[in-house]
Amino acid sequence: METPISKDKSTHPASLPPLWAEAGGGSSSSSPSFGGGRGEAFAINACKLCAPLGASVAFKGIRGSVPIIHGGQGCATYIRRYLISHYKEPVDIASSNFSEEATIFGGGANCHTAIGNVIKQYHPEFIGITTTCLSETIGDDVKFYIQKYKELSEDENLPHFVNASTPSYQGSHIDGFHEAVLAIVKSMAEAGERGEHINIFPGFVSPEDLRQLKTILEDFGIDYIMVPDFSETLDNPIWDAYKRIPDGGTPIERITKCGSACASIELGTIINKGSLSGRVKNTSNLTTAGEYLQEKFGVENCRMPFPTGVSSCDAFFETLSRVSGKPIPMKYTKERGRLIDSYVDGHKYAFGKRAVVYGEEDFVVAMSAFLNEIGIVVALAATGGESFKLEEEVKKYCPENPDSITVKNGWDYELIHEWCNENKPDILIGNSKAYYIARELGVPIVRCGFPIHDRIGGQRIKHLGYTGTQELFDRIVNELIGFKQDHSAVGYKYM
Amino acid sequence: MNEILKERQNQVVTKGKDDVAIACGKASLAGSVSQRACVFCGSRVVLYPIADALHLIHGPVGCAAYTWDIRGSLSSGPQLHRLSFTTDLKEKEVVFGGEPKLYQALISLIDQYKPQAAFVYGTCIVGVIGDDMEAVCRRVSKEKGIDVIPVMSEGFNGTKKDGYKLACDALSNLIGTDNETEVPEHSINILGDFNLAGELWMLADYYRRMGVNMVACMTGDGRINDVRKAHKAQLNVVQCSGSMVYLAKDMKEKYNIPFMKVSYFGIEDMSDALYEVARYFKSDEMMEKARQLVKEEISKLIPALQQYRKDLEGKKAAIYVGGAFKAISLVKALRLLGMQTVVVGSQTGNLDDYNLLKDLCDEGTIIVDDSNPNELSEFVKQTGANLFIGGVKERPIAYKLGLGFCDHNHERKEALAGYDGMLNFAKEVHASVCSPVWKFMRGPTPTLPKVEGERSLSKSPRRGDLKTASSPILLPKKSEFGE
Repeated sequence: METPISKDKSTHPASLPPLWAEAGGGSSSSSPSFGGGRGEAFAINACKLCAPLGASVAFKGIRGSVPIIHGGQGCATYIRRYLISHYKEPVDIASSNFSEEATIFGGGANCHTAIGNVIKQYHPEFIGITTTCLSETIGDDVKFYIQKYKELSEDENLPHFVNASTPSYQGSHIDGFHEAVLAIVKSMAEAGERGEHINIFPGFVSPEDLRQLKTILEDFGIDYIMVPDFSETLDNPIWDAYKRIPDGGTPIERITKCGSACASIELGTIINKGSLSGRVKNTSNLTTAGEYLQEKFGVENCRMPFPTGVSSCDAFFETLSRVSGKPIPMKYTKERGRLIDSYVDGHKYAFGKRAVVYGEEDFVVAMSAFLNEIGIVVALAATGGESFKLEEEVKKYCPENPDSITVKNGWDYELIHEWCNENKPDILIGNSKAYYIARELGVPIVRCGFPIHDRIGGQRIKHLGYTGTQELFDRIVNELIGFKQDHSAVGYKYM
Repeated sequence: MNEILKERQNQVVTKGKDDVAIACGKASLAGSVSQRACVFCGSRVVLYPIADALHLIHGPVGCAAYTWDIRGSLSSGPQLHRLSFTTDLKEKEVVFGGEPKLYQALISLIDQYKPQAAFVYGTCIVGVIGDDMEAVCRRVSKEKGIDVIPVMSEGFNGTKKDGYKLACDALSNLIGTDNETEVPEHSINILGDFNLAGELWMLADYYRRMGVNMVACMTGDGRINDVRKAHKAQLNVVQCSGSMVYLAKDMKEKYNIPFMKVSYFGIEDMSDALYEVARYFKSDEMMEKARQLVKEEISKLIPALQQYRKDLEGKKAAIYVGGAFKAISLVKALRLLGMQTVVVGSQTGNLDDYNLLKDLCDEGTIIVDDSNPNELSEFVKQTGANLFIGGVKERPIAYKLGLGFCDHNHERKEALAGYDGMLNFAKEVHASVCSPVWKFMRGPTPTLPKVEGERSLSKSPRRGDLKTASSPILLPKKSEFGE
């Protein structure tokens, strides 16, 4: 990815805005001053994280991988802490530990030392290096550093290196995630005779979701390459002895075959389009891994929302059946039948209830589509992401009364909070960070998505497939039933 | 020990084996997955509990998002510190400068929240693009009539300790700005307590019972106006020496206020903290009250501890915490429970702390500065520890290895200081070490075949292999297929 900053800086002084005037905002924002949901110069309790976090998660999904964050020590430590609190797993991410000298003279030496030390301690097969606001702004060329390391090293078994450009001031953690996936595929995919295998790009879902997707693909009998696959690396069983690098992850050799797959399935419809917000020039050509493979190797790219809800699951299963030429296994027909049966059992408790859905854009689209099909009104669909595509996508997948849905881009939790105080929703659905809002309103919150910091098991929440939908449906409806029961004058024994 | 990077070997010593002084206070080694954070983190955690100030983080979204409501610091009044304010810098500001955005953010937020003061934290990027934060803060301060204090805490500009120092400087700027208010005789400041789980309230109550008045706590349940008059106190009582000793020294120099280092963890150190204050004020009455208090508390506590001690006697513990002073107290507190410390380390200890630790610990104890997951896991394995005491990042290491764990971090929900805290500590250690779940981790796992297929998968990526490799236990039954 190009980093236009150093170039642009020298050509720009004449057009600098007057110091205290309002700086120009995002062109597509309705409130022009600083872009974002507030149209203001700040966020309060941001509903997004920075790009290196997402990239680190994606890199964790490659076998034998150790991510390095090329920046200050704090970036790696904060991100590790944030991820550990969700996954409840050791999450080793190295840092190149910038000092003042590195900031002034360039981070090459630090990058070199970091790579060397990671190799010495971890013997990784793969090193994924993500950049930060700091290293991007001083113009560090990580690709060059890697090249130089390879040249200077006498080690014949060097790990595979991939670097992702993820300045924290561009987009959110989701954009960082997809940038890393793209970088992985770009660096490894090779042309070859068209095979029967498919690529699956699952997006930033839970380890349990990844396991669910793998089971589905295996039940179909489809040979697949999943990038990334952190189903094990971020949710390991107990260990007899400490593992410096956890088991699991997509094998590098498999990724080379991405170029010869018969199709790619890319989950999520917005993916990385949020990273354009707040850029100086909105011209850079954003590509996703699926788009890249289609363009470069002619691999058909099938893009669809996360398979949550009957309609989205149907689309997913039909696509799998079509690209593989195999029938949908009976197991899933039954799961689907059971899910619809439960929809019927629970429909009255769900109907007309007003929900707030928030979080990452593709998560919000999928969850809204699901709620829409069970009769829950998506009163507010909000995200901290800024692709400005959310409204279109949410409404596309919510055929029941799409115009009743309020969709908000670039929002933070305090905006959601204010909205909730005015509009009194019945339930909040999303990650654990809005708990304080639900608590104040006295309404239930169904925790799903990322992060879940105040409960155990965030890594094991299933959102995808008919059974993932089933679990969500049961939890949501039972929360609504329970709320009514808790607030009833008599503690009744039947629904 | 080949597990330790060569450059780090002098940061690990074993008592009775190595005679050299431990190296500490060094910058973390690139690529070593240090458990430390950065300068910004140091400033942020120290100032965070000041509940009626606006804490605005000038930078891209991450630094604010990762520190939102991160500490369990309670406030008896305003809760402004629990909101996460950021200028959420984008590429545009990185290129054209973030000053206008910072100015606007400050003006709007001060109008909206009416804080007593504002702290503005500079992050890495601000140092690089050269925003003149000080000028913006000065201007806003003039326009809004409150103190707007820039904290130039660029992450790359040193270690977490340097961040502590910057936070102390920020506090130092406020101290002495209220000369009107008079404080009673026998007044102290409590430095370095952050009121995690209400610990400060407990401590303030102990001192109150002795007849000691608290002027300001820095920074637990902190208020700007208390900080302003902190120079009126006669004594600074400093806990968590790592973060607050700078301020104590500064106040000694500027206002001639002496300070003493104390710890509130464990019976011995807690009691000493009370006696030392009574001794300082040279009041027999106060000393008598302190003795009475300690007697009362201990006579309740000791019998209550017995049931835990009975089960914990002889168990071994590993400690890895932020500050070494805390580690010292923990070693003693563990002894009270009959437990032996076999590994002890900290992120930011200094030579004095480590020498104290060395004197205190038994032969064979491993003492370590600025450790990492690899080393820590190796140490607990070597020493056969049953319990690990640490923070969020150490927890999964302990759990994966089948060790009990006690959260001694900034987000804990149980008060561990004081006498009540000692009982909570015993309960938590007991609950973790004596849980029956560990037996499943150490026992054999006969029904689960080892997953060896992963590597062979790459060589022969055939469908059949894929199945056996990825789900050796739950192979789908053929009959369930629609084929």
